[in-house]
Amino acid sequence: MTDELAIEATGLKKSFGDVRVLGGVDLTVPRGTVFALLGPNGAGKTTTVRILTTLTRADAGRALVAGRDVARERHLVRRSISLAGQYAAVDGLQTGTENLLMMGRLAGLSRARARRRAGELLEQFGLAEAARRRVATYSGGMRRRLDLAASLVGAPSVIFLDEPTTGLDLPSRQVMWQVVAGLADDGVTVFLTTQYLEEADLLADRIAVLDDGRVVADGTPGDLKELVSEQSLDLELADTVAFDRVAARAADRARRADRDGLAISLPTDGTAAQVRALLDELDPERTAVRNFSVHTATLDDVFLAVTRAGRAVTSQEQEPTHV
Amino acid sequence: MSNALIMTSRALRLSSRQLDALLTSLMLPVLLMLMFVYLFGGAIRTGTSYVTYVVPGVLVICAGFGAATTAVSVTQDLGGGIVDRFRSMDVPGPAFLAGHIAASILRNIASTVLVFGVAYLVGFRPHAGLAGSLAAAGILLAFILAIAWLAAAFGLLVKTAEAANALTFVMAFVPYASSAFVPTVTMPWWIRGFARDQPITPVVDTLRGLLLGTPVGGRPWIALAWCAGILAAGVVSGGLLFRRRTA
Repeated sequence: MTDELAIEATGLKKSFGDVRVLGGVDLTVPRGTVFALLGPNGAGKTTTVRILTTLTRADAGRALVAGRDVARERHLVRRSISLAGQYAAVDGLQTGTENLLMMGRLAGLSRARARRRAGELLEQFGLAEAARRRVATYSGGMRRRLDLAASLVGAPSVIFLDEPTTGLDLPSRQVMWQVVAGLADDGVTVFLTTQYLEEADLLADRIAVLDDGRVVADGTPGDLKELVSEQSLDLELADTVAFDRVAARAADRARRADRDGLAISLPTDGTAAQVRALLDELDPERTAVRNFSVHTATLDDVFLAVTRAGRAVTSQEQEPTHV
Repeated sequence: MSNALIMTSRALRLSSRQLDALLTSLMLPVLLMLMFVYLFGGAIRTGTSYVTYVVPGVLVICAGFGAATTAVSVTQDLGGGIVDRFRSMDVPGPAFLAGHIAASILRNIASTVLVFGVAYLVGFRPHAGLAGSLAAAGILLAFILAIAWLAAAFGLLVKTAEAANALTFVMAFVPYASSAFVPTVTMPWWIRGFARDQPITPVVDTLRGLLLGTPVGGRPWIALAWCAGILAAGVVSGGLLFRRRTA
């Protein structure tokens, strides 16, 4: 069974001084799949990646990557993996070709093979024309692409991408998405971290939501969406008085309540009968609700429902209902 | 070993492309030497022609500038993500540092040759035989190696390139309080002790003696002991700091 898993982590814990960053993280990633670790800033995503890529030792727990223990067999793990981090880890003073040649040589390729591989990758990542230019002259998106290309010179079987699209504009993000999708088609296992739900939804076969050092939800994008029921009834209220009245009647059922935006969301099965009954119950006077819409749950709903950020926002915004 | 070679060629390529830093570390020692020879030299009594007296001091200060450049490069690499990439590619920490050290030594050899060349043009005439020249080269190399490691360790200690650059300052001033530019006997008593016993003085005295063919006594051994001590401190603290910074 273990052979089928590219990554298998159990009970990973890590603290830096008094600050607990990971509080027992379990993850499994089958070979040849794309896995997204989703979470807000400070959730522990980068620390998880650093442990799995042998750069940081966990305080407790165990992790196998490509069938090898990241603590005891780090040299063997390093032969199978590659990492593209949040920083574009390439030299600004070297050209695109020189960077890739260097990485190829470090990955153990002969000079000739490294040169061929660099050419292929530059072509594949749309950098052939910039190959002879120093990387310092590249745009942010080009640097990130070169960084990803650099992580692929050694043909790794598991690739870790730590927030590969953070700070990139939409066209550059779309290029990255294509590349990740292409890697998955080639049978490479991809472990990526992201703050963008859209990205996880689009790319990943499985998603784990990390919050405050713990996995608070995991499954396929579809599984996660089911967590928050399939449909959502969004109400737009007339004013704050109407908001308070409806929020009080909705009480615990409100999935999201935003007093400033005069918006309340409730779970529903989406049938006309239930939507009508809900509206009658919440707004018998028929003056409080100005508009409504029904939408299928997005990963945003999951994210808000399961992360600390979501809880904080929800509790804060429900407070006025008690006044 | 091949990793270290790749790291060395990388460090050399990077430094050859930081033209301002490279020119500074090449030109500064030469300008300093010219300044001392032509502006101050006439007023300094050393018992020999001043250019002959001052060349060993310039070589030592030149090594200091070269080392400071290394500290900055190491700090810059740790500030970016490239060290993580190297580690994830299983490049050992010592290979990474060795690349910077080797590049530092090669840069220093270039600037030393330049200093000798200009010194010769302005009247420096050493009287060393082959053995003396080789011994002088060995002592200078040992000193360059030792302070390159110390600088690399300093580069690992500080977090910003600006802080790493502070080493330039130290390396530029410590040699003044030694026998590099004026005989220590001319200094006031409270600094004379430091100037006489700090590591740069035996290195400079040894170089001077060997280049001029005058007796050096036990000075070379004191110089080598200092170099060995500094090297050991640099290697050990560099290793520990690298581990701490990349944990």
